[in-house]
Amino acid sequence: MLLGSPTLALVVLALPAASFLLIGLIRPLRRRGRGAAAVSIAAMGAALAVAVAMWQRARPVLDGPPPNPSATWSWLPADGGPMATVGVMVDGLPLAMCVLVTFISFLVQVYSYAYLHDEPAPSLGRYYAYQSLFAFSMLGLVLAPGFLQMFVFWELVGLCSYLLIGFWYDRPSAARAAVKAFWITKLGDLGFVAGIAMLWAATGTFDFWTLFGMVDAGTLAAVAGLPTIMFLIYLGAVGKSAQFPLHVWLPDAMEGPTPVSALIHAATMVTAGVYMVARAFPLFALAPDVLTLVAWVGAGTALLAATMACVEADIKRVLAYSTVSQLGYMMAAAGAGDPQASVSHLLTHGVFKALLFLGAGVVIHVFHTNDMFRMGGLFGRLPWTGVAFLVATLALAGIPPFPGFFSKEAILGAVLDGGFTGPFVLLAVTSFLTAFYMFRAVFLVFFGRPQAHADAHVPLAMDGVCRLLAAVTVIYGLVLAFRAHHGEAPAWLPWASMLVAVAGIALAWAMYQRGAIEPARLASALAPVDFMARRRYGLDALYAGLYRGVLLALSALVGWVDRYLVDGVLNVLSAASLRAGDTLRRLQTGQPQDYVYGVAFGVLLLLVWAHVGSR
Amino acid sequence: MPLQAYLVLAALVFAIGLFGVLTRRNAVGILLGIELMLNAVNINLVSFARFRADVGGLVFTMFTIAITVAEVAVGLAIIIAIFRARRTIEADHLDLLRG
Repeated sequence: MLLGSPTLALVVLALPAASFLLIGLIRPLRRRGRGAAAVSIAAMGAALAVAVAMWQRARPVLDGPPPNPSATWSWLPADGGPMATVGVMVDGLPLAMCVLVTFISFLVQVYSYAYLHDEPAPSLGRYYAYQSLFAFSMLGLVLAPGFLQMFVFWELVGLCSYLLIGFWYDRPSAARAAVKAFWITKLGDLGFVAGIAMLWAATGTFDFWTLFGMVDAGTLAAVAGLPTIMFLIYLGAVGKSAQFPLHVWLPDAMEGPTPVSALIHAATMVTAGVYMVARAFPLFALAPDVLTLVAWVGAGTALLAATMACVEADIKRVLAYSTVSQLGYMMAAAGAGDPQASVSHLLTHGVFKALLFLGAGVVIHVFHTNDMFRMGGLFGRLPWTGVAFLVATLALAGIPPFPGFFSKEAILGAVLDGGFTGPFVLLAVTSFLTAFYMFRAVFLVFFGRPQAHADAHVPLAMDGVCRLLAAVTVIYGLVLAFRAHHGEAPAWLPWASMLVAVAGIALAWAMYQRGAIEPARLASALAPVDFMARRRYGLDALYAGLYRGVLLALSALVGWVDRYLVDGVLNVLSAASLRAGDTLRRLQTGQPQDYVYGVAFGVLLLLVWAHVGSR
Repeated sequence: MPLQAYLVLAALVFAIGLFGVLTRRNAVGILLGIELMLNAVNINLVSFARFRADVGGLVFTMFTIAITVAEVAVGLAIIIAIFRARRTIEADHLDLLRG
């Protein structure tokens, strides 16, 4: 177990927060755009440096009982001690995540500076404010020492992704995608918050360290309804990490700027769910049924998303489905009882998926379209971008010595080792499909017939970031190759995994480069799958139907109640008062004699009353 | 004559005055009605003073008569002012206070 410095962790957390506050509160800075970008990038760079220093200085705890790695302050004071704590928890998992998050955020921000060059200055300022807040939220999430703080930052991450997906909010499709992402993830968050509340009711604490202690002491296993609690908490991860059936928001999230997609997919948003499951794994381990569900759902999601990626023509959507698919891998590993493999894949995937998206950003910048069938021959013009994209693709496809190979193999080994034969088969098929659809993209975009309308000038910042990420991917892969230890996995697994990937590449080559196999013929041979995948398995239609049928009907009902019952009561009251006032004012005739009538009659009445009363 | 006779007289005068106030359309007539009602009060005061051998009632009556004179002077002045402003003293037409 690694132990980091809480002080450095707080510094890492404070830097993007300070940058967000500076940009957000100082209006001239925000309106100027470039200044905001400089502040944000500088803060992120400093945060990256501190995160790396924190990682380097972390000292391993070798013997004795592990000390509490969290520094907490009490929050929500109550009679019997504070109800919750805030702070930072700095063991191995957050250390690695902090480096990944700050690294990817920093590169994405540098890249965005060139990518969003044509944006008006105020928009750019807004963009960098969101970016800083996004990085802060994700860092707060990974450093959270308890469920409650994690949930707060979890929601902040959701809010930031909503803001950034809808960055071009004047486009109806972007606004709709942002709302969709928000809604669908909220659906999962409902379960998450209910689970946290139930866990607190059962144990009286949100703190991971206390909960882990209870796991070791065996008191947590005695808690009634723990599987239900863990299932509800898992629901949060389903929404956040785009697991079936809540994955539908992620492909639509492509409406945001491409660097935002890179950030969401690689480091900040979707990894939160996997991270949460890995973080709270000792708790999940007490609910084996939930873990089995996690594994099956993960594997199913992986295969489902891979088939959808195979029929997609939009390069960013292909990458989005590949993210859903890879998240399925990570979840399957966690479900099979190996959160290490899941986090390891999270880290490698973070690096090469960021590279893929940023490379796709360059491609889109060059071709001014997302449609892969209208691209081609880019390799001749931009060899370096091509190499970078190819490196990331090989990593995603699982070819050694790129990092994806090792982490994917670890996952497959873990799933097989956990005795999940079904998910293993699903994941192996997914592995084949992954190689296929990624190389389909590579052949369509970088090879084949060159397109005339390409504009091959790429800004230095974008190109540089891609090359840097490609270098990091290769180095990362080599480091993993030297460290790789083939423990429980059978010896045939790496070869099988590689063979499957090569088969996928070969099929893509035969179909899209060589032209030996007609894509349409294969599609007709697999007609049912093709039909379903093209319609996204009807899930989008289902959600749209539910949205229209249930939510809009409910809104209409609530609107009717408000308009006719709530407003109606008030309208009747006001109309009655008006009517009564109108009637009463007739009494005021202005004739003194009428008033004297009143006085005289009143006196008479009083007399009668006094007379009757005195009797 | 017993006290009741005087009181009945006073009540009659008061009722006649009230009737005048309520029915007259002319503001001067209304003022006359008010005078009658005041004098009915005077009759009451004087008769009680007489029958209970109390000078207080007489003193009050002196005050009331003085005040009545002043009131009539002010009332007539108001009526004249109204007539100048609106060319009428018909009570029906003086309805500026209508709600």
